[in-house]
Amino acid sequence: MKNRSLISINDYSKEEILQVLDLAGDFEQNPSRDILNGKVIATLFFEPSTRTRLSFESAVNRLGGKIIGFSDSSSSSATKGETLKDTIKTVSNYSDLIVMRHPIEGSARYASEVSTVPIVNAGDGANQHPTQTLLDLYSIRKTQGKLENLNLFIVGDLKYGRTVHSLLMAMAHFNATFYFISPKELKIPTEYKMYLDQHNLKYSEHSDFKDIIGEADIIYMTRVQKERFSDPIDYEKTKNAYVLKNSMLENSRSNMKVLHPLPRVNEISTDVDDSEKAYYFTQALNGVYTRQAIISLILGLDN
Amino acid sequence: MAKDVKKLKVSAIRNGTVIDHIPAANLFSVINILGLDHIDNQITFGTNLESGKLGSKAIVKISDKFFVDEEINRIALAAPQAKLNIIRNYKVEEKKEVIVPDGFSGIVKCVNPKCITNNDDVKQKFRVISKKEVSLKCHYCEKITDQEHMVFI
Ligand SMILES: [Zn+2]
Repeated sequence: MKNRSLISINDYSKEEILQVLDLAGDFEQNPSRDILNGKVIATLFFEPSTRTRLSFESAVNRLGGKIIGFSDSSSSSATKGETLKDTIKTVSNYSDLIVMRHPIEGSARYASEVSTVPIVNAGDGANQHPTQTLLDLYSIRKTQGKLENLNLFIVGDLKYGRTVHSLLMAMAHFNATFYFISPKELKIPTEYKMYLDQHNLKYSEHSDFKDIIGEADIIYMTRVQKERFSDPIDYEKTKNAYVLKNSMLENSRSNMKVLHPLPRVNEISTDVDDSEKAYYFTQALNGVYTRQAIISLILGLDN
Repeated sequence: MAKDVKKLKVSAIRNGTVIDHIPAANLFSVINILGLDHIDNQITFGTNLESGKLGSKAIVKISDKFFVDEEINRIALAAPQAKLNIIRNYKVEEKKEVIVPDGFSGIVKCVNPKCITNNDDVKQKFRVISKKEVSLKCHYCEKITDQEHMVFI
């Protein structure tokens, strides 16, 4: 991984994914280490994403590195008409690694081709957000003690949800069984079902999950946005089927954990928060350890 | 007899290349892809000719021009079933078929309006993920452009 950009979850092999998770575990044991001393990390957020930016900045700070950058494009030279290429070429002179968030899909891959330092994609539109996927995997392994042979419920917007697509591709390495639960407007796209077929992985599609919740090892909730529906009546009819309530967890497995990439709107009722099965806030904390691991592996500072 | 009639529709050439079985709708894409609008060679073409395979096909005959494979395979997106006849002294010296390459750059647009190649000065680049019904995966945004949604540049 040394000196290599991380743009898509597919850039890492199964072995490399496990290497990141193992090192993230080391950082969880011992989060503050001065290994980035003297290094400058740029965080270029061409669109605002406070949560992701703070998580990266926390990771860099805990490693003793310095941060430069901007938190939305209105404060950057991009507003003055500078091209992405010129911004990246300039900032790669000033830093050892660039963390980048951009609304245009494919912008991170392109940046990695013009940059002289590695790029970590912190989200390019609806395309990829690989560090989110790695922290999801870390959270799954942490709570289940393994990644292999798990029943994964993925609930909500399976059509547009970028975290869903990357998680699916990554979990395909570990023989997961997928339960896709969504309104018919937001079903998992055919290309992902083809991908699972090619890899001989089991999946099923459902419009509700109350009756099958006992099968789940992980319930991965995502936001269902009203504006994704062509017919507002359809939204009103289906919206309550995708709100997880504490009472629904009664018949779930004792090892079952609820994950969510956050921020949530109302798809997880707040009465779930106190359940020991709620894991989404810890999941966000795991993002810091995972990003520490990714940055140190790319800069070759992992020992 | 039928064969003779067909021959008369587009005049014969002495030396050069005949590209047959181009879907009529994609004739101008093929002309663009091969840059035929910029060369000085004599070119004749016929379009909306009857074809059992394609319904309606086009033929292009280019005098004194012989393409290298890499060049000709670029038309695979617009005319995957095209057949080439290499003519020397009015005789078919060699027949060739178009081979769909593993990747393309330029030629078609990425189907995704939010892709960097549709928003910035970045050249399109694709990996071919299916060769039968040609379908392309964008190197940048990772979205798939299938035959039905191909727009030639
Ligand atoms: Zn694209």
